[in-house]
Amino acid sequence: MNPHRRSPFVIVMTALVFFFLYAPIFVLMLYSFNTSRTNVTFEGFITAFGPLQMQGSLVVQSPCGPFHWFCDLTRNQEVMTAARNTLTIAFVSTIVSTIIGTMAAIALQRHDFKIKPFAQLSLYIPIIIPEIVMGIGILTLFSQVFTWVNTAFNLPPDLRLTLGMGTVIVSHIAFSVPFVTLVVQARLQGFDKSYEEAAMDLGANELVTFWRVTLPMLLPGVLSGALLAFTLSLDDFVITFFTTGPGATTLPIYVYGLLRRIITPQVNALSTVWILIVLAAVFLLQRMENRETA
Amino acid sequence: MLQRLREDKSLQGLLLIAPTLLWMIVLLIIPLILTLVVSFGRRSPEGEVIFTFTLDNYIRLLGLQPDCLNPFACFDPLYVSILFRSLSLAFNTTVIVILLAYPLAYFIARAPRKQRNTFLFLVLVPLWTNFVIRVYAWMMLLRTQGAINGVLGWLASLFGIPFTPLEMLYTPGAVLTGMVYEFLPFMILPIYTSLEKIDPALYEAAADLGANALKTFWRITLPLSMPGVVAGTILVFIPVMGTFVVSDLLGGKQVILVGNLIQRQFLDARDPTFGSAASLVLMVMTLIVTLFYTRKFGFGKELVVG
Repeated sequence: MNPHRRSPFVIVMTALVFFFLYAPIFVLMLYSFNTSRTNVTFEGFITAFGPLQMQGSLVVQSPCGPFHWFCDLTRNQEVMTAARNTLTIAFVSTIVSTIIGTMAAIALQRHDFKIKPFAQLSLYIPIIIPEIVMGIGILTLFSQVFTWVNTAFNLPPDLRLTLGMGTVIVSHIAFSVPFVTLVVQARLQGFDKSYEEAAMDLGANELVTFWRVTLPMLLPGVLSGALLAFTLSLDDFVITFFTTGPGATTLPIYVYGLLRRIITPQVNALSTVWILIVLAAVFLLQRMENRETA
Repeated sequence: MLQRLREDKSLQGLLLIAPTLLWMIVLLIIPLILTLVVSFGRRSPEGEVIFTFTLDNYIRLLGLQPDCLNPFACFDPLYVSILFRSLSLAFNTTVIVILLAYPLAYFIARAPRKQRNTFLFLVLVPLWTNFVIRVYAWMMLLRTQGAINGVLGWLASLFGIPFTPLEMLYTPGAVLTGMVYEFLPFMILPIYTSLEKIDPALYEAAADLGANALKTFWRITLPLSMPGVVAGTILVFIPVMGTFVVSDLLGGKQVILVGNLIQRQFLDARDPTFGSAASLVLMVMTLIVTLFYTRKFGFGKELVVG
């Protein structure tokens, strides 16, 4: 029996599902080249290069030609600020959650202590609880504590604790840590202890063994945990929505805000850039993984 | 002191887990307890929380009024119907997603090893594309002057049939489509993982024993891939129950789910106490469904997808 045999039903279904997955993305990207400013229907590509020229709501000519909306995007200060915020939040929360999450994984896999079952269980909370419940819980905590601190110490307006980058980062760490821990823990489970024992037999102390043997072997797990944390943070909408404040708008929050008001091809251009970055990232990641397993 | 630390493995473990545990307690467990406390509170005229103990919020959620508990006289089904709508939408989404994801996962698992990576790549790209952007794509498709109506109108004109654009955006169907689209990749990956693990020798054995393709699927493939289906269901059902973005952008004011109810209490209506009660009810509902489901089918180990 051929192990690769698939019935016509399976093949047709696969083709249809892939069409379903990609048609919306394709349309979204197509509209980022739209001549129509209102972006309701696709009116064709901007073909002429030259100084910006409009005809009603149609862009007839642009210095960037068909890439008019992409050039327009780079001049949008709000987008640039939002992109910077998104990256800052993702970097900081990834670094913190990777470090403490790896520590926790080692503790859970290699050590015995009293509250271990409780600690392990607490890591599953963000997975089995809807994000919105977590979001409003954290919002309630911050707003109660901040109100209390601000009134108790009678802080002047510019020193008052408010929602912003800090609260978003702290919350992102909270939902990333469990994923890092679980990924690293999975890696530790299939771990051959004989390498570490050999190092100890050869006279290395625990610290040297950890640094020279355990950590390098753990690194792929730590890296994939970090990558997961990074993408979760970049992508997050719900938790950010409830914990963000003035000056801490991220890209998903910015796009959501736009969609409720006005839609120009600029949003499509932003989406296209985003999708291309994802495409490149997934491609690189698969390359890395293949090299590791090969 | 340092000597003690070096010898005491349990102390080392505690120190290693301390930061993570601190984070989990302060940002997950305390907020949950606080939500519970707030849900028993009352809203002040300024929208602040007054901490007392009253069941008013829960009574309101059940469709009754605190001073009139007779269900025949003053039952208002508004909130109960929102809860029921969310539950049935999550159920429908999960079923459709399983039906769409399974054949695709099966196709990839059966593909030659070299092709598998290409197909997995094609599944991962939509998964990693931002959630909000993917909802936006459906707004563009479903609008009255959007892409789907454009194609339909063009087809109709080819055959000379009169065509009036369909109203698709801001309907329950639009929300269901959006939900299916958003969460489909979360089902494909765990099912693929469990299908891929099945030992091909089992298929050969089944064939040797005279089972046909359908019987082999029913008796071997499907049971052995159930852990993937269970994990996928948890990854789809729970977020669908709590999402408010899809219903907000694709359902407008027509389709209000628990997520929208909660969000509005915290931002527009400014009654955090009622919002807290609603979110606890949401949490309990998802926990009950998840527990019931995992008890019945076993806990999915494929829960963490990378």
